[in-house]
Amino acid sequence: MRKVVRGFYAVAYSVKLCKPNVICAYPITPQTEISENLAEMYANGELENCKYITAESEFEAASILVGASATGARTFTATCSQGLILMSEVLINAAGMRLPIVIVNTNRALSAPLSIWNDLQDSMLLRDSGIIQIYVEDNQEVHEMIPQAYKIAESTMFPTMICMDGFKLTHAYEPIDLLDQETVDGFLPPYEPPIKLSIDEPLTFGAYAPPHCYMEFRYKMHKDMLNAKNKIEDVFKEWGEIRRDWGGLIEFKEGKTVLVSLGSLVGTMKEVAKEMGLGYLKVRTYRPFPYDEIREALKDCDNVVVFDRAVSFGYEGVLTIDIRNALYGESPNVYSFIVGLGGRDVPKEVMEDCVSKVLSGRAERYRFEGLKDFEEVTY
Amino acid sequence: MVIIKVRFHGRGGQGVVTAADILAVAAFKEGYWTLSFPMFGAEKRGGPVVSYLKISEEKVYDRDEIHDPDYSVVLDPMLLGRDVVLGLKGWLIANHPSLEKAKERTGWRDTVAIDATKIALEILKRPITNTAMVGAFAGFTKIVKLNTLKETVYEWFEKKGEEVAKRNVEVVEKAYKEVEG
Repeated sequence: MRKVVRGFYAVAYSVKLCKPNVICAYPITPQTEISENLAEMYANGELENCKYITAESEFEAASILVGASATGARTFTATCSQGLILMSEVLINAAGMRLPIVIVNTNRALSAPLSIWNDLQDSMLLRDSGIIQIYVEDNQEVHEMIPQAYKIAESTMFPTMICMDGFKLTHAYEPIDLLDQETVDGFLPPYEPPIKLSIDEPLTFGAYAPPHCYMEFRYKMHKDMLNAKNKIEDVFKEWGEIRRDWGGLIEFKEGKTVLVSLGSLVGTMKEVAKEMGLGYLKVRTYRPFPYDEIREALKDCDNVVVFDRAVSFGYEGVLTIDIRNALYGESPNVYSFIVGLGGRDVPKEVMEDCVSKVLSGRAERYRFEGLKDFEEVTY
Repeated sequence: MVIIKVRFHGRGGQGVVTAADILAVAAFKEGYWTLSFPMFGAEKRGGPVVSYLKISEEKVYDRDEIHDPDYSVVLDPMLLGRDVVLGLKGWLIANHPSLEKAKERTGWRDTVAIDATKIALEILKRPITNTAMVGAFAGFTKIVKLNTLKETVYEWFEKKGEEVAKRNVEVVEKAYKEVEG
């Protein structure tokens, strides 16, 4: 059934269909209405076998979910920006403890200066945390990604974070083909972890690991994260059969010049690619990184144009670093454009301008695009 | 292809975001694909707010802000100025008691003016002008039929009580017919 709904609701409604046992979140713009919607469903008695717990901070919310997930509960939280990084101390533990918490991060810039608007600096900061990261293009994709995220999390035993752009998606009101309970039930079995925290069989989670065994834990975590690529692909494939094929770890259209991005910018990127006769590559799964797929897709093209919305200060755009590495030893020229930080709009014209810079040989290794003239004060 | 791009200007509390959303639902009911979203500033009552609406025959992919709207709809007379016609390609639909003064403030020739504040105060007893401006937009553009719009507005405000819903429907109808002439 297609209905015009806001991004928040597209998320909350899908979470409800996944029958979580514990939901815990702390409000932060532009996430708040996701948890408000879920709290309302909870208050109306629409969430069975579920406990909605209010927390005093993101740190506490994540801590509650670690405990809940360890006992075998299916868990959900949503956050972003400063909230995500306040959670990060706990979430990194959850990754090490292999707890399949599902997180929706409504991407928002980091402070300072304070900005409530969108870029990808928050989730990119957790790139190396052992949390699976999937970036969605629109609200239909996030709506359908939630059941898939639970299946991915629970089959890989990694926390899984869906990254959706704040405001651009969360506040957008558009037609969504809503899932029904039967479809989700048929796809997502109840969560039954092989081991869990229980008074019948006491276990320790997140124990102390001295030098003689720590490294093995981390090696195993890395190996499982790499293997997770296959499991994620299986889940995507299964979803494609029952519902709609969204593609694999990446979505790729060939071209001599290929535009690369992730998140809500992909929509505009595809339009620009179509109009200018270029290829494009959408990175859907960012961690684990689809290294082979990206290398295979891009190795024979002339130019790779990456649109980045997060910066590794003192180096370059974060996604670009990974793309360059995937192409090590291959010959495409990789150009990076850092755009849209803190909600700066990225209209088609800006993207077209970036491409014409590349095609006319005026592009640099990386540059900030869309800057205004301002007086720089040098220290 | 996005066929119509609309930009709404107003102040926090006037229902600028809701205006775009109601039209998104109504146009969807008419068979269009729609996308509406706000550009938030500091989210304060009284602060200037902008929201956007794209109406298309197929799914809308580009999510950039609207810099070259076909219509600019202004909910607050005091906001009428050069900003609201920036990049405008078509008509300005303004809340102002005087068409001449509205034109004077913006320098924009293709302007329709309606005293939405008066309609809102009369029927809603509050200066919340979004539904009147939604009615005016629909009456002028005919993108959405009056009945579809009335139904959408009723459903939208139903949760706030039947009385609120009925009054907003009345506002929409009055504004629609006034602009239609």
